[in-house]
Amino acid sequence: MSATFESHKSSVATPLYSGLAIVLAGATLVAVALLVGSRVSEYYYLAAYTILQFIVLGTAWNILGGYGGYVNFGAAGFFAAGCYTTVVLNKLFHLPLIVDMAAAAAAAGLMGLGTGYMTLRLRGVFFAIATLAVAIVLQTVISNWSFVGGGRGVYVVRPEISGLFGTYAHFLVMLMIGLATCAVFAAWAVEKSWIGVGLAAIRDNETAAETCGVPSLRLKLIAATTSGALMGMAGAPFPYYVSYVDPATAFSLAIAVNSIAMPLVGGTTAWWGPLVGAIMLGSVQQILTVTVSSAANLFIVGVLLVVFLTVAPRGVVGIVRAWKRGSQ
Amino acid sequence: MNFSWDLLVNAFVTGVVLGGFYAAAAIGVTIEFGMLDIVNIAHPAFMIAGAYLAYLGWNSFAFDPFVAIAVFAPLGLLFGRVFYRAYHVFFERRGDESLQGLAFFFGILFIVEIGLVLIFGVDYRSISAPYLESTFGIGRISVSWRIMVPFLVGLAMLAGIQLYLSRTFTGRTILAVAQDIEAVRLIGANPVRAKEIAFGIATASAIVAGILLIIIQPVEPSIGRDYIGRTFAICVLGGMASIPGTLIASLILGVAETFTTTFFGPSWSPAVSFGLLLVTLALRPTGLFGR
Amino acid sequence: MSAAILAGASITKQFDGFAALTDVDLTVGKGERVGLIGPNGSGKSTLVNCFAGIIAADSGSIVFDGADITAAPAWLRAKHGLARTYQIPRPFHGMTVQENIQVPLRFAVGHRSARVISVEAQAILDQVGLADKASRSPKVLTQVELRKLELGRALAARPKVLIADEVMAGLSDSEVDEILALLTRLNAQGITILLIEHIMRAVMMFSQRIVVIVAGRKIADGLPDDVMRQDDVERAYLGE
Repeated sequence: MSATFESHKSSVATPLYSGLAIVLAGATLVAVALLVGSRVSEYYYLAAYTILQFIVLGTAWNILGGYGGYVNFGAAGFFAAGCYTTVVLNKLFHLPLIVDMAAAAAAAGLMGLGTGYMTLRLRGVFFAIATLAVAIVLQTVISNWSFVGGGRGVYVVRPEISGLFGTYAHFLVMLMIGLATCAVFAAWAVEKSWIGVGLAAIRDNETAAETCGVPSLRLKLIAATTSGALMGMAGAPFPYYVSYVDPATAFSLAIAVNSIAMPLVGGTTAWWGPLVGAIMLGSVQQILTVTVSSAANLFIVGVLLVVFLTVAPRGVVGIVRAWKRGSQ
Repeated sequence: MNFSWDLLVNAFVTGVVLGGFYAAAAIGVTIEFGMLDIVNIAHPAFMIAGAYLAYLGWNSFAFDPFVAIAVFAPLGLLFGRVFYRAYHVFFERRGDESLQGLAFFFGILFIVEIGLVLIFGVDYRSISAPYLESTFGIGRISVSWRIMVPFLVGLAMLAGIQLYLSRTFTGRTILAVAQDIEAVRLIGANPVRAKEIAFGIATASAIVAGILLIIIQPVEPSIGRDYIGRTFAICVLGGMASIPGTLIASLILGVAETFTTTFFGPSWSPAVSFGLLLVTLALRPTGLFGR
Repeated sequence: MSAAILAGASITKQFDGFAALTDVDLTVGKGERVGLIGPNGSGKSTLVNCFAGIIAADSGSIVFDGADITAAPAWLRAKHGLARTYQIPRPFHGMTVQENIQVPLRFAVGHRSARVISVEAQAILDQVGLADKASRSPKVLTQVELRKLELGRALAARPKVLIADEVMAGLSDSEVDEILALLTRLNAQGITILLIEHIMRAVMMFSQRIVVIVAGRKIADGLPDDVMRQDDVERAYLGE
């Protein structure tokens, strides 16, 4: 008897095309950005930066949240950890942004590992609340730390760069394209690997997964650390992007809600779900920014999240897969 | 840091009284999360909504806070029951509680807070009543009625809920569901209806807690977020499903926060509840009174 | 009885003051078929969970295949060949039936190659009689098929010992016979089986030895006919 593989989830034996496609897409985008240069107004670069940042945040969140089923309410905390790592390093030394990003990855990754180690042996909801706790405690500490400007914030001067990239904004966008490509590639790699299979088993039924030999704590910690590190890396360039950082901006509500809304709207069971969600919700917010207040903007994101959760709980990924099944 | 005996005692008494109010805020979480396993992190949002309802009542109809409680608590009960029904259909029946359900409550929390900003703006709102403006003396300590009233009403509400749960049939069904939902089904009772009523009670308690909050202090929409940490820390520290545990944990948190504010300044206060929660989760996740 | 492959000694477990297990000794010999019976709530599932590593006993020791696994995490016990099924089936809903079987092949057994995993999963599905459901979701399986999936997953871990926890509960007579035949075949291949069941005819037919647990204590351990004739066993099942 042969097994006809009409799996309702991507087959395990997927060719490497997707991974290659991701890398190629990223490289193409960088090339396009270089070619377009200053012919396009700075506004589009800033909009692109925001959306790319959310692609990283949403994809990173999903590695633990969507794949493993463990919700992180404190994405803003991990993002801000990356942010303030850059601020601290910038005040002490003057290092290239790449080094800041590596340090941010380490700091935020450690935060993920620590939070995970404390709470991932308990039920998922305790991990969720603990991430919120860590974010708020971190915000309180930073607000009281005068070295990084405390509650009043701090100015960060953009360094000079050579002509290849045009303005600094262009450089930041290309850096973010690179980071987004890495994040999406990492998510794809995790999903297709044994780690992804283990996380899916954990998400569906953790006790049964253990009985099948899945080392659940180990896998959850790997996912938590990777997720945290990527979110920290997303935050590392932020001080240079905004030039003025304060706790309210770094720990913003927009980061917190979008990191959750984008994967859930896009679909949590595939690497391209958060990507679609980030582009969809990110574009909506960019368009709305010029027409409504920022509060109304976020309100709409919240409403979209709740609507999708009730009507399309599997997100765009779910809709696409159902349509593919229906047309077979 | 200014140490004086009077300051210490004052801080302690204030902490206890504040803790009594915190218990009123947290009892809903104890019911929803501790007993029914529903992770309603939007509970503080319902509380803030209750505070704004009290403001509307006071501003437009000169509602005394007790009138506001009498009017809005039943509305909260009804709303809670309807809300739970929707949650049950869209998330519990689909088996989606742990990811989609959790994100759903987060979305609701978010929508309520931002919605309040859109409607009322970020200015502080408060209410007043003549009997709130005086103070109440215990020996050398004077305590304002503004926190004494919420303390007393909060305790009364806790006692009322405890009596309801232990003495009425529906209340005992709720407690049974908290212990073993399968067993409740096996004896032919309907756990969903019990959960619906419990959620209604919890929502009503949130509305009342919100009204008590705006008695204590002026409110603005983002205050709800501080209460996520407080209510869940209290629920966990108190052993999840225990009402006496909720009270003791609330008192501990109230005193800890007041001491921190008095001796280290108010900017550290949000960290106290979350810090306490993290420590509890790390060292004794079953809480003081839990299984 | 041949050499012991699974030996639980003096296992005690309390839940919040309630003594679920008190000083229970249970040994299973290599290749043996042992039945574990007892009234509802007597502690059978707790004992299974202690063996599997899902909960930690308060005191006592568990030795498996010569190694002390008392402190070992559940996944490690599975890797070493201690498999169990769940009374209420726990399939991975987001995966197909075949993908369910692939999880223990990848983790408990440690295969790397997708092709090997796929082939072996198919073989296991053939063995438990689920081959035609390979690419379906567990949501469309019948009760007996879900039980077969549980057994298939346990089998995929290449177990030395298989603990079958009430795997026949609620099934019809012919379904019970199906599962019983499968278990007998597995035992003939060399897998030691500890069968926890309420269905007496199945236990009597299948077991070489029966252990009886009542109120957290072992009250009988011996040949099926001997054990069932014991006074306290009769009392436990038929009342005073």
